[in-house]
Formats: sequence, C-alpha cells, structure tokens
Amino acid sequence: MKATGKSYVSKTVRDLKPSGIRRFFDLAAGMEGVISLGVGEPDFVTPWHVREAAIQSIEEGYTSYTPNAGLLELREEITNYVKNRFHVEYSPSEVIVTVGASSAIDTAMRTILDPGDEVIVVEPCFVSYSPMVTLAGGVPVPVQALKENDFKILPSQIEAAITDKTKALMICFPNNPTGTLLNKQELEALAEIVKKYDLLVISDEIYAELTYDETFTSMASLPGMRERTILVNGFSKAFAMTGWRLGFVCAPEEISKEMLKVHQYALMCASTNSQYAGIEALRNGREDVEKMVKSYKLRRNFIVNSFNEMGLTCHMPGGAFYAFPSIESTGLSSQEFAERLLKEQSVAVVPGDVFGESGEGHIRCSYATSMEELKEAMIRIKRFIDSL
Amino acid sequence: MELNEKELEILSILEKDARIEIADLAKMVGLSIEETEAILNKLENDKVIVKYLTMIDWTKVDDHQGVRAMIDVKVTPKQGVGFDEIAERIYRYDEVQSVYLMSGTYDLSVIVEGKTLNEVANFVSQKLSTLESVVSTTTHFILKKYKHDGIILEQEKKDKRIVVS
Repeated sequence: MKATGKSYVSKTVRDLKPSGIRRFFDLAAGMEGVISLGVGEPDFVTPWHVREAAIQSIEEGYTSYTPNAGLLELREEITNYVKNRFHVEYSPSEVIVTVGASSAIDTAMRTILDPGDEVIVVEPCFVSYSPMVTLAGGVPVPVQALKENDFKILPSQIEAAITDKTKALMICFPNNPTGTLLNKQELEALAEIVKKYDLLVISDEIYAELTYDETFTSMASLPGMRERTILVNGFSKAFAMTGWRLGFVCAPEEISKEMLKVHQYALMCASTNSQYAGIEALRNGREDVEKMVKSYKLRRNFIVNSFNEMGLTCHMPGGAFYAFPSIESTGLSSQEFAERLLKEQSVAVVPGDVFGESGEGHIRCSYATSMEELKEAMIRIKRFIDSL
Repeated sequence: MELNEKELEILSILEKDARIEIADLAKMVGLSIEETEAILNKLENDKVIVKYLTMIDWTKVDDHQGVRAMIDVKVTPKQGVGFDEIAERIYRYDEVQSVYLMSGTYDLSVIVEGKTLNEVANFVSQKLSTLESVVSTTTHFILKKYKHDGIILEQEKKDKRIVVS
C-alpha cells in the first residue's frame, strides 16, 4: 500500500487535528505525583443509590436492548425533569436517550447538515464540536467569544459570521472551558439573531445544573425558540455519571424523528443498565446535585480568588467547574505555560488555545478536585510564577 | 436563629475541616479575612460552634485501643422533669461520651468508653444499672469502626479518573 502512496484512511479524518487535550494527557500520564486540574469530570463518584439501581437492573436480568429512543420510563422522567428544571415541554417522542451528550451532538449534526452547510461554533469550546461538524460533512465556522467580554459571545459577532450557507449555531453555556454563563437577556439577544436568519441552535446544556450565582436559562425555553433548538443535556456532570455514557437530546418532533433514524442505525440504543441508573438519578437525585453544587461553589470561590491574588486575572465563572485565568502577565503562551508548569511543578492544566483561538493566553483549571489538592496546586502555581 | 448563606457555608466547611486556615476559608466564601473572623466570633459566641475537635483513630496507637459500647437504657421518667433528670445523672460520669433520648423500644442511648472491656462492664453493672430509675440496660460493644461522623476510616484514596480529559 505504501508503494502506491494510497491511504486507507479518509482525507477528512486524516485532516482532523488531534485533540490538544489528548496531547496533555499523554504528557501527564507517565509522571508521578502530578496534581491534575486537567480533569473534565466531577470528582464525586456516582451517588450510591444510583449505582445500586444499575446493579439491581443487572441482577434482574435487564441485559437486552431497549427501544432505540431509550426506555419510555426514562424518557418520561426526562420530560418531567426538563419541564420542572428548565421550563420547556417535550413529549417522550421528542426525546432520544444518547450515549452521552457527545453522541447527541454528533447525531444532531449528522441529522441537520448537508454537504457544505455551515455551523457557527462559538469558541472557546469543547474540542469536539468542530470535528463533529466536519465529520458530518458540514463546515465549522468558529466565532471567538472574547475575554474582554468575560467570554460572552455578542449577537453582533454571530451576525457578522452568517452567510447564506449558515444552517445552525452551536453553543454551550455554562461553558467548557471558560465557565461563562449567559443570562436570560443575553440569550434572548442571541435568539433574536437566530430567528432573524431562520437558523437552528444546538444548545449543549450539559453544565446546566452547575450554576452558582445566577439561575440557568435554557435556550429552548425562550419564546419562539423551542421549534428551532436541539437541546442537548445528560447525566455526566450533574449527577457525576461520566463513565455511564448517558445523555439525551430533545427536539421538536419533525427533527427528533429524523434524528432517531441516525441514532438507531449508528448506535441502536444507549446502555440499558445506564438507563436504569438514569431513572433513579432523575427520581431521587436532586439532593445529590444540590450537595455537589454547594461543594463546587466553595471550591470555585477559592480557586478564582487564589488566582487573582497571585496576579493571574480570572473572571468569576457563573457555572461548570472550570476556572479560566489569564496567564498573559507571564509572557508565556498557554502551551508553554502548561507544559512548563507540568514539568517544573507537576501540576496539569489544559492550555486555553486548544479550545479555540481566543482561549490563547489562558489555562483551563478544573476545580472538581479535593480542597487539599487545590490548595497544593495553588501553592505550586504561585511558586512557578514567582520563578519566571 | 436564622443564619445567612455565608454563615452556613462557613459551618459546612468547618464541620469537615476545623483546621482550615482562615485565609483559605475567606477565599472559599468570598469574604475578607476580617469579615470571616467576625462571623467565626459570632458563631462561637452564640455557641453555634461549640468546639473544634480532632477525630483520632485510636486503634492505630499501641495501648490506646480502648473499648466503646452503646448501651440501650430503659428508664422510668419522673413526674415534672421527665427524662432530663436521669439523663443528667448519667451524663455526669466521665466514662459517658454521649447520651441521647431516643424514640422506640428504649429511652436513652448511652455511649460509654473505657480502657478495657472489664472497665465498661463494671461501669454498666455497678454504676448505670444501679441508678434508681434505670429499669434495664442492653450493652452493645463496638467491634470495628467503618464510618464515623460521615468519615469513612481506611478509605481508599485513589482518584480513578484519567489525568486530563
């Protein structure tokens, strides 16, 4: 095969950039005594009663497929949950239980995109949005939320990126990596643009439960937006269930029934036992969520105040569990900063540029880590900065 | 008394870590050190914070293992003072660590600590059972502590997550 220079791998995939997070994982993985602020998942283990529900389903022999869209019982719980928490009403037939929020986004992209369709992707953001657009045959159009606006995207920035090929807008608030949350007015302003140009919004609301000062508003709850929003959410962050790979997507019937085709051909259904765990989480997990949110909030305050005190400017993130301090004052690029911090002080953080151009000059630090480790990490980062 | 959010946050932090430095505590609740100190003083003065204790696993220390028993005590309450008088008579003994009034099949739950099994047995038979209003006692010795006041002893501390994700 080398002789002919032919590759068995598609050009699209060959051209995909490897994830910048992956590179840091490889760097940090071999090292001893590393304190990691690089972890994008809760430090809590899934609440016991939720684990127990899955164990029980295994004991009772629920080991076969569920309906493609997921267990009806779970979809009913999801509709109640979305209605009570986020004030959007769906019928169970408008809900698909997915393999984490990631598969929900992938399914959405493959459902809505024709070759060449553009999706405006608000950056900094989770590393997989643009590749998923590309893999679905679309063209990602990154738009940069700026640090001078506390990483809140402005409607005018979106409007400037719209072409006659623009199909959808991809957003995530509270945001990974910046923690930024848009309030209701700010979301409404975005919604006006979306409606004006007849776009669709894919709203990744996976961090919706993790907000601290302001209440979360779902894009789909705004007037006129339910019919043009694909709402993505899941169990990973709110219920500390990352490893279960359980998410869901809600969309108006004419979209959800088409998404179900993609989902059923690609994935059949989400893991059955995870779905049983999901039912328990939604029915009896509210207190767990509240307890975790309280704990994240205290740690958020600690880490943000610590960064500002040591001279790394950091806005107070409204949600998620990431602080996104600026490291521009050090004169290092975010890659240099993260790599040297890891090598010299054994603290792993993720350089901000991997999440998009405007993330350069920042580092993503997860505070879903014990207070003891956070304290030690702050001491080490301070030491690192003082050594520069 | 009604406490505000910051005060409640401070309590929840201290309940888990009484030795936290005031600077860290202040950062966690988003107040200045002075403001945090003022809240601490107030909570201490109001006896909301009663004491700062250390949780020790004595089983790890040679010759300090000790013996702990939970004793279910049935008593005859007295007119006018109910259970309070007998509870007081019991909690005055140094051997007694805790006394709770219980609902259910017995009245007082008494936790007693001694150096040896004999010492606790003697306390029960000679001091506790002989009190006038005590009708009966059932003594349960604690064999092993797995979890105490929300803390799992001998917990595996390994972080099972991948380093960067």
